[in-house]
Amino acid sequence: MSAPQHPLLRYLRPGHVATTACPGCGNGIVGQSVLRAIDQLGLSLDEFVFVCGIGCAGWIPSPHFAADTLHTTHGRPVAFATGVKLAAPDRRVMVISGDGDLAAIGGNHLIHAARRDIDLTVVCVNNRIYGMTGGQVAPTTPQGVRTATTPEGNAEPAFDLCRLVQAAGATFVARWTTAHPRQLTAAVKAALVHRGFAFVEVLSQCPVQYGKLSREGRATDTLELFRRNSVGVRRARALAAAELAGRWIVGTFVGAEGDDE
Amino acid sequence: MTRETAVRSGRFFLQGNEACAEGALAAGCTFFAGYPITPATEIAEHLARRLPERGGVCVQLEDEISSIAAVIGASWTGARAMTATSGPGISLMAENIGYAVATETPCVIVDVQRGGPSTGIPAVPFQGDMVQVRRGAHGDYEIVAFAPCSAQEMFDLTVLAFATAERLRVPVFVLADAAVGHMRETVVIPPGDSLARVDRRLPEPSREGKPVPWFLDEDVAPMPIFGRGYQAHVTGSCHDEFGMRNVVDAPALDAFVRRLAAKIHRQAATLPRPETEGTEDAEVILLGYGLVGRAARAIGREARAGGLPVGSVRPVTVWPFAAEALAAACRTARRIIVMENNLGQMLPFVQAALGPDRVEGLAPTVLGTLHRPETVLARVREVLR
Repeated sequence: MSAPQHPLLRYLRPGHVATTACPGCGNGIVGQSVLRAIDQLGLSLDEFVFVCGIGCAGWIPSPHFAADTLHTTHGRPVAFATGVKLAAPDRRVMVISGDGDLAAIGGNHLIHAARRDIDLTVVCVNNRIYGMTGGQVAPTTPQGVRTATTPEGNAEPAFDLCRLVQAAGATFVARWTTAHPRQLTAAVKAALVHRGFAFVEVLSQCPVQYGKLSREGRATDTLELFRRNSVGVRRARALAAAELAGRWIVGTFVGAEGDDE
Repeated sequence: MTRETAVRSGRFFLQGNEACAEGALAAGCTFFAGYPITPATEIAEHLARRLPERGGVCVQLEDEISSIAAVIGASWTGARAMTATSGPGISLMAENIGYAVATETPCVIVDVQRGGPSTGIPAVPFQGDMVQVRRGAHGDYEIVAFAPCSAQEMFDLTVLAFATAERLRVPVFVLADAAVGHMRETVVIPPGDSLARVDRRLPEPSREGKPVPWFLDEDVAPMPIFGRGYQAHVTGSCHDEFGMRNVVDAPALDAFVRRLAAKIHRQAATLPRPETEGTEDAEVILLGYGLVGRAARAIGREARAGGLPVGSVRPVTVWPFAAEALAAACRTARRIIVMENNLGQMLPFVQAALGPDRVEGLAPTVLGTLHRPETVLARVREVLR
């Protein structure tokens, strides 16, 4: 009898299975959810071009996914992906990158791609910090949180990325967390089925930088917090702003819902 | 009105920027992305009409950063891709130009130069980006750049830029200026099928599980474009010949930098040589590129007509710098006057190639205008005295 094999192993580039992610990182959950969604839809990686930028989340597809992969400059994967999609409309083009990459340095490309409603799937892995460079504040870091560059706490309010792309014109918008891998998989499936600009935000844990600096704790602490403090989009509509403070609204904001909601 | 779906051929009275756009079409350009900027905008406007007629894509994006990014992304799907801009746009594109070099992505970048630094003067011709296109991005690398001097060369050198980009897997610049871009002249466009089209080399179909060297070949590796099952891994990070990231080892960096530069140096002899006139017995040579090179040729002729031993040299390929070809062309001259519409950007390179004692720079009296013939001739007479 042969040794049991991970069912998603066939989607990984031969010889590039080992990850550089830190212990406890959410990258593995996100990568699995994306591959599971592709698997469940019966798609082939040969149909895809994966585009990513600089930062930890860019290393989810690059070099691990056995597919055409364009690992671009910092902040620009959506712009590169726009060129890929316009020149080769038959390709499924998916961007997987981080919050700093997509929403700080690359924010302008993100909102313009949403405005164009170009047929891209963007998975934004939001770990609320710059992980690779050692834990600096991001536009997604909650106000008051201590980081390497905000030793007295972050003075600025955080971006709500889903509201941002929704306002800009995105036609599929969903948010989940790494504590919701099934719902995340369903959202990625819905995003892939959707024709037009699809944005999936995934709140992800970064125990080594964010968890330590913010004193949120270990990976399991953050996952527990994600689970406990998430509010479904329908339930959230009935709650007052004060009741939503410090909580994450999850679910599908725009477009057809995933099948696990 | 009939739609012009085919490549034009015949004699036309065209603006330089229009000739550039027609050159792109003749070269088989299928993708253009750009952002409006004076004095380059006419290229985008012309292609916005002409490219879709021929099944291509022409798109205006949110800035120059996204324009070059989209061009690179399109090129990886197999498109023959181009953008056009001016100095401020080149400044914004710099990082992704480095990415195109690192990933060996064929693309054409037209820089219709204007007065700078900063916003400068949009529609005044200037040669201020000569070194920028060569050294504008961080790191150490080589690119190819051609300097057209006429509307005809805006066509010819754009065609050549596509062929060179495809052949060498490198960004190729067409370094015009506001005068060359905006002047109107007769342009002869040869029949479309007479232009030899050069396509990038593609790899043999990927063999399962067997890595194939697709990068860092000094003789230009085949390009594993997307959608053909190659499972290409493309990264601007330091990588090996299989495209796999190595951000740890200095020897990997050494190979990454050296091989990409050597790839261009090896092919330097295949690029256009300087245009020369009356250099065989010249004691003074007027050296200039682009429109200034055309002026240098005219002034050289005038000097000859007046009995002075003067020749002219016009580099057509400005990068990689053709040191040996220039040295050969200037063999007999005891003085080389480098005419540039800037404060001497190519001058140090000419001095290094020909010896600093023989070479002097000469800017126009007023930057942004052409050299006055009488000023140049006065200096020639002084040198010959």
